[in-house]
Amino acid sequence: MTAIELRNIENYACRGVNLKVFSGELLVLLCPNGAGKTTLLNIIAGLTGYRGSVHFDGRPIDELPTQERKVGYLFQDLVLFPHLDMASNIAYGLRVQRWSNEKIELRVKELLRLFKIEHLAAAYPWHLSGGEKQRVALSRALAPYPKILLLDEPLSSLDWQTSQYLRFELKDLQRQLGITTLYVTHDLTEAKDVADRMAIVLEGRIEQIGRLEDLQTGPWAKQTDQSGIH
Amino acid sequence: MKPVGKIRPKWGILPVAIFLAIWEITARLNLVPGHFFFPSFSEVLLEFYEMSVNGILLDNFLSSLTRVLVGFCTGSMAGLAIGILMGWNNILDNAFSPLISLLYPIPALGWLPLLMLWIGINEILPIAIIFICSFFPVCYNTATGIRNVDRKFINAAKTLGASQVRILITVVVPLALPTIFTGLRLEAGMAWRVIIAAEMVAIPTGIGALLMKAESLMRIDIIIVCLMVLSLMCFSFERFFTYIEAKLTHRWTCHDRH
Repeated sequence: MTAIELRNIENYACRGVNLKVFSGELLVLLCPNGAGKTTLLNIIAGLTGYRGSVHFDGRPIDELPTQERKVGYLFQDLVLFPHLDMASNIAYGLRVQRWSNEKIELRVKELLRLFKIEHLAAAYPWHLSGGEKQRVALSRALAPYPKILLLDEPLSSLDWQTSQYLRFELKDLQRQLGITTLYVTHDLTEAKDVADRMAIVLEGRIEQIGRLEDLQTGPWAKQTDQSGIH
Repeated sequence: MKPVGKIRPKWGILPVAIFLAIWEITARLNLVPGHFFFPSFSEVLLEFYEMSVNGILLDNFLSSLTRVLVGFCTGSMAGLAIGILMGWNNILDNAFSPLISLLYPIPALGWLPLLMLWIGINEILPIAIIFICSFFPVCYNTATGIRNVDRKFINAAKTLGASQVRILITVVVPLALPTIFTGLRLEAGMAWRVIIAAEMVAIPTGIGALLMKAESLMRIDIIIVCLMVLSLMCFSFERFFTYIEAKLTHRWTCHDRH
C-alpha cells in the first residue's frame, strides 16, 4: 500500500517530482548537495510551498498545515531546543498534543530506554556528543507516534565510526517500528546499508527509483562519477 | 557547573577600596586646595548617616524609587508586549517599525518640555519620562531578539504539532531571552540616570531635586551622597537583571560563558 505519494511536485528546487513510498518501507533519496532533497522533505512536512499534490494513505494533505501532517522530522542539524533538557525535548511534541503527564512520563522513559540514553534525561544539548544528540533528536521525532519519518542526512554530523554503528541501529529500529521512512543522504555506502529502495535525485528530479540491484544496471550507474554522489 | 547570578566581588572590590583610601588621605592631608569643596570620604559617610537618620535622604530616595519602579515597569511591560508582537508578526512589524524608528532616537529628556506642557509638573511627569525612556529600547531589543530566533527551531516545533502561539511562548520567547534581558538591563540603569536629570530640571522632590538644593547651598558632601546613591541604584538595578537572566538561562547558556 502506498503511504506517501508525490504527484508532479514543482517549486524553486523541484521539477515535476513523482514519487511513491510504500507503507513500512525505508526509501533513500540519494543525491548530491543542492539537488533539492531537503526541499522534498520540507514539502512533505508542509514547511515550504509547492505546486502539485502530496497524498498520505491515498488522501491529499496539501491543505493541512505542518502541525496536522503527523510527520516525525529529523533535521540535518538535529535542532534540539537548547533551552530544554533532553526529557523535555522528547516530551515537547507530547505536551503540545496535550497528553497527560503520566502518559508523557511513560513514553519518554520508553524512548530513553529504547535509545539507551536514560542517563541523559536531565542534560542540556550543549552537554551532549553528536551521537547522543542524534539519538535524542530521533526520540523526539518518534515520540508522538508519527505516521511518517523524515530523516535529513541523519548521520552527516557524526564521525565515521559512530555513523557506521548508528546506521544499522537506525535500520533495525525502523524495521522494528514498521514506520514509513524517507531517508536523505548523499553517501552511497550509507544508502546501501539502510535502503529498502533508493531514488536518485538530480537537479530537482527523480532520475531513477528502484532496488539497489536495479539501479546498478540502470543509466544512473554510468553517471555516478559526475553526480557528486560518493 | 559554577553557581551563577551571584555578585562575586572577589578582587573587584580592591580598586574601589584603593580609590576611597586615596580620596580620604588626599582630603585629610589637604592636598587639594579648599577643603570646603573637597570633603573626605568619612565626612561624606557621616553626612550620609545623618541624612538617613533625619529622613531627608530616605524621603527623596523613595520618591525617586517609586517613579523609577512605576515608570520602568509599565514602560518595560509595554515594550515587551509590543516588541514580541512586532518580532513575531510581519504585519505588525511593518505597521509599528517606522514609528518606533522615528521616535527611538529622541533622548528621553528631549520629551521633557513637551510633557511639562502636556501633563504639567506633577507626579505623572517623571513617570511618563521613565516610561518613554524604557519603552523604546526594550521594545526594539525584544523585537530584534524575537526576529533573530533561528527559523529551524520554529520549523522543528511545527513538525511536533505546536500551534503558532505555543511556538511563540515555549520556543521563541525563551530563545530570545538573552537579547531581551540586554535591553532590560541597560534600561534599568538608564532609568535612574534619567530620573535624576528630570528631577534636577523639573521636579521639586527626589534625589535629583536634592542634588540641586545641595548645589544652591554649596553642600558638596550632600551632592556626593546623592551621587553615591545614584551609582548604587544603577549598579543594583543592572545586577538585579543580570541575576534574573542568569537564573532563567544559565542552564542552557553555560557553554557560552565558560
